[in-house]
Amino acid sequence: MREQSRGAGGGTGPAIALDALTREFVVHRRVGRFRRRRDVVTAVAGVGFTVEPGESVGYIGANGAGKSTTIKMLTGILTPTSGTVRTCGLRPVPQRRTLARRIGVVFGQRTQLWWDLPLADSLRILAAIHRLPASVWRPRRDELVERLELGRLLEVPVRQLSLGERMRGDLAAALLHSPSLLVLDEPTIGLDVLSKERLRTFLREEQRLHHRTLLLTTHDMDDVQRLCDRLLVVDHGRLVYDGDLAGLVHRVGARRVLVVDLVERAAPLTDVPGTDLMGVEASGLRQRLAFVPGTTTAAEVLAAVSTRVEVRDLSVEEPDIEDVVRRLYLTSVR
Amino acid sequence: MAGFRRYATYRVATAASAFTNTVFGLLRASITVATVGAAGGTLAGYDARTVATYAWLTQALIGPVQVFQWTELAQQVRTGAVAVDLVRPMDLQAQYLATNLGRAAYMLLPRGLPPLLVGALTFGLTLPTDVWPWAAGAVSVLLAVQISFACQFLVNLAAFWLLEIRGVMILYVVTSGVLCGLYLPVHWFPPWLSTLAAATPFPSMLQTPVDLLTGRLATPSAAVGALAVQLAWAVGMLALGRLVLAVATRRLVVQGG
Repeated sequence: MREQSRGAGGGTGPAIALDALTREFVVHRRVGRFRRRRDVVTAVAGVGFTVEPGESVGYIGANGAGKSTTIKMLTGILTPTSGTVRTCGLRPVPQRRTLARRIGVVFGQRTQLWWDLPLADSLRILAAIHRLPASVWRPRRDELVERLELGRLLEVPVRQLSLGERMRGDLAAALLHSPSLLVLDEPTIGLDVLSKERLRTFLREEQRLHHRTLLLTTHDMDDVQRLCDRLLVVDHGRLVYDGDLAGLVHRVGARRVLVVDLVERAAPLTDVPGTDLMGVEASGLRQRLAFVPGTTTAAEVLAAVSTRVEVRDLSVEEPDIEDVVRRLYLTSVR
Repeated sequence: MAGFRRYATYRVATAASAFTNTVFGLLRASITVATVGAAGGTLAGYDARTVATYAWLTQALIGPVQVFQWTELAQQVRTGAVAVDLVRPMDLQAQYLATNLGRAAYMLLPRGLPPLLVGALTFGLTLPTDVWPWAAGAVSVLLAVQISFACQFLVNLAAFWLLEIRGVMILYVVTSGVLCGLYLPVHWFPPWLSTLAAATPFPSMLQTPVDLLTGRLATPSAAVGALAVQLAWAVGMLALGRLVLAVATRRLVVQGG
């Protein structure tokens, strides 16, 4: 019975539904030698969105934008100041323990494994905490061990694992009870390129194989490109974008960068129409000009540059997702 | 289970603690025996041999009952790692209670036996020969473990408000150490202090199990009465812990992102 209710996204309703969600914090600032001033900071300000079962959603934003606070509210760790949250159809704080059986949570900067114990013991203890019968959790563990390549690490105490190994262990721990929703708070933080890639491949498989809903926060734009079908961008506690990556690129105006190598050193080319000077290298010998394809063309930019200086060589760089998001942040602040 | 295994991992640490408990046992037994000698051979029902037994038994129980400080939960709150505990489908108090039971079970023999053996060889112990004091003592130790846990859990919950509980914990350890009968038997206290002690759960953590194990509470009614008091403290303090925890999680701010 329990397996049935968990399978296939856990019912018919949305996996996550937020409406006008707000959370304020009281911050004490030191003013003067002894006095402290009490300020109210709004970390999340009226965020609302819905995630359907099986979706893979990236929740992105700068540090302090309110990502982690939202995650804590939808997993039942923090109480919202106002607004509503439903995760897997449940109210997270009052029904936290029931919800914990339906979701898996990975905090990239923390571990839920027992530091002193081998990974195998941690998994056994978690199975006991989730009251999973051996017939359910052993095959599941074997599957995770194989797909995450944990076999060699099972008997090593967690404190002796490398960061990448520990992260794979944490993923196994979060997925042992086959949750319908997997929430990942910066899962790839601090990992090397190879470890990140393995993690992404695994998560994609997990989503496709088991129809699991993924919600992840990240600063890594490769994560976004490889993992997320949909992006939610938050800034200063507000949702500023909801849609796919192509739409985001279109909305902020995808910028191409013309890189020109000059014959002689020149002053920064700040006055070329329709461009922003992105950088000057080799004391003026190489300059990088960003432009929006819709408003101007590479040829026009090159022509404008040629009237000012003599160009020896050139290349064009395609839009960079990091730049796209940076621009979105900038436009939302203004 | 997690508690038992976690502490079983650190065998050298356990051995060092057992050694320390034994050395302090020698000191405490010497001092209390000398006190009884100075008082003319008996003091409040203790003679040299029974007071040595008291000293060694309390030393043996320090580990399992965890008389000294425990700040694990407070550390979790301080670092924000308590978020991880909260996304498990198990009550927070139940998680830590289970871990503590495992820890106590592991500590019982490695930290209990060495002081008792050394005590038996150096001073000679008066231990009961019947089954009943042992049975009552075992139940009593189990209850003492729960009471001590419940109290320390409450002190740790202060971290949800204060973040840093070192000061509170030191105050707790000093107060509970005196009132539970770790330094001197509660029966030696002046009347005002024993009245004060009786109003706290502390004597139930150490004095009561030792009284039962040494046959000081010999009549069945006295034994049952002592166990009932312990049970009341265990249930009461755990319930209070749940209440405060409910308030604490409502105002929780997870530290550090």
